Amino acid sequence: MLPIIFVLPLLQLVILSNAATFEVKNIKFSYLDNDRTSFSRALIDKFEASEYFNVLAHFNSEKEASAAMLKGNIDVILEIPQYFERDLLKEKKTNLSVTINAIDGAAAGVENVYINQIVQSFNKNATSELAMINGVTAIPKTIDSIPSFWYNETLNYKTYMVPGILVLLVTMITLFLSGMNIVREKEIGTLEQINVTPIKKYQFIIGKLFPFWIIGFGLLTIGLILGKVIFDVPMVGSILLIYFYTGIFLLVILGMGFFISNFTETQQQAMFIAWFFVVIFILMSGLFTPIESMPMWAQQLTELNPIKYFVEVMRMVMLKGSSLSDILPQLLKTLAYAIVMNGLAVWSYRKTS
Amino acid sequence: MKKENVIEATNLTKTFGEFTAVNKITFEVKKGEIFGFLGANGAGKTTAMKMLIGISIPSEGQATVAGYDVSTRPEDIKKSIGYMSQKFALYDDLTVKENITFFGGIYGLKRSQIRIKSEELINNLGLQEVSNDLVGSLPLGWKQKISFSVALLHDPKIIFLDEPTGGVDPITRRQFWEMIYETAHKGTTVFVTTHYMDEAEYCDRVSIMVNGKIEALDTPKKLKEQFKVDSMNDVFLKLARE
Repeated sequence: MLPIIFVLPLLQLVILSNAATFEVKNIKFSYLDNDRTSFSRALIDKFEASEYFNVLAHFNSEKEASAAMLKGNIDVILEIPQYFERDLLKEKKTNLSVTINAIDGAAAGVENVYINQIVQSFNKNATSELAMINGVTAIPKTIDSIPSFWYNETLNYKTYMVPGILVLLVTMITLFLSGMNIVREKEIGTLEQINVTPIKKYQFIIGKLFPFWIIGFGLLTIGLILGKVIFDVPMVGSILLIYFYTGIFLLVILGMGFFISNFTETQQQAMFIAWFFVVIFILMSGLFTPIESMPMWAQQLTELNPIKYFVEVMRMVMLKGSSLSDILPQLLKTLAYAIVMNGLAVWSYRKTS
Repeated sequence: MKKENVIEATNLTKTFGEFTAVNKITFEVKKGEIFGFLGANGAGKTTAMKMLIGISIPSEGQATVAGYDVSTRPEDIKKSIGYMSQKFALYDDLTVKENITFFGGIYGLKRSQIRIKSEELINNLGLQEVSNDLVGSLPLGWKQKISFSVALLHDPKIIFLDEPTGGVDPITRRQFWEMIYETAHKGTTVFVTTHYMDEAEYCDRVSIMVNGKIEALDTPKKLKEQFKVDSMNDVFLKLARE
């Protein structure tokens, strides 16, 4: 117990302080250059030079760009209109359109500010260049960027938080319940009685976990109804898809709970260890702080976080209307996770010691 | 007529690190016998029993229970035995009937069998009034009788009782032993550990464990003769003090 009391919290301190950053960095940036001139190139170079933006792709059509955003591959699309350079030189005024994935409303706001700063600094250079060419001194504002926030037009943070917090509640309750339930049987002695019966391991595990699987669905249902009634969170995608994914996700959590209970002797120990994982999972899930802003090693760690996938899927399906093929990567990873976790649980449960 | 052995242990040993909990014990139990397994606290009774019921693998030596080796076929043993532990092991938050249905189901009894058995059990123990009450609300003595009957649901060849009468009054203990006699009379072998030396007198044969070893094994009558004392209590004290 002593190592648990000291080692686990210190681990959390080190990992989480580094990982749970409120900075917005490594923004997934893409552009659509309809102008293809030295001016438009210079603007894009500005973004490439910025440490906040990762220029990941350029698209040839709006359709391609919005498909990539739906998949979650990019967060920002900068569209440079045709005749960008010509308009700027002739009319000294032009507009840029910026599309920002605003599922995370707070991050979207910050991203918009960053984009504006870059555009304005480009503006200044362009202005002085224009001044040289035309001999005109200060030309007021030349380039405007017009942002449009997708999936969450008003940057409503509740729309963004409710699906995430719902994930958190479903996970916590099912993990604690399943983890402690079996340890409790160890404590009161019924587990020994069960181990002396010819019950098969899989029968016992299914019998133990199935009720919590159902409870998980119950929680999800109540949460979705409250989300709709109280917060008016949209449900753009298929609700069936949410339930389907949740069914697999719950297997991961229940397997984990069972696994924990096989290695602990008391409910306190089980609670403590479950709590340790839940805190790390929550703070590294992208629920409160964007994963893209975390250091590389922390981003790699989040790949092991099942809650990350659940949060992504909930937001994608509920707010963007993503389909089965869009969430397939998350679904497959969760499925693999479920298989590994339950395999470990079955393996570590011994009727005979 | 020579009766067959249902339990045979040869040099059965269990070590935990440096500590030897059970040290090369050898004995056999015959069919239909009431076999008393005695010893002070920490003598290794429970550890030895755990090996026989297939939830602990022996470090050395072998044993067969109901014809199956404890090291290789523990799950087959579990089908042939009943077990009642010193910790009361029915589910407190299920009713008497639910507990019977649950354990009957685990042992693979059919619904119809469970219904018949359940009625029989409730009538035998006179539990009609409380059959739908939670087990947790019943007095300890009742719980232990129910627990014993539940362990016999699937008609096991052998029933293992680990200190079954701990903490109950003398009358209930007496009744409990009547149930044990009845069971043995029907041909079920009874393997029982106990602290109460008066209970040892009821057994057909007893073994006494001291520090992981079996120091004495015979009928109570012969043991008393051997140690030249009048009661099992004195036999035990003599052995334990040596």
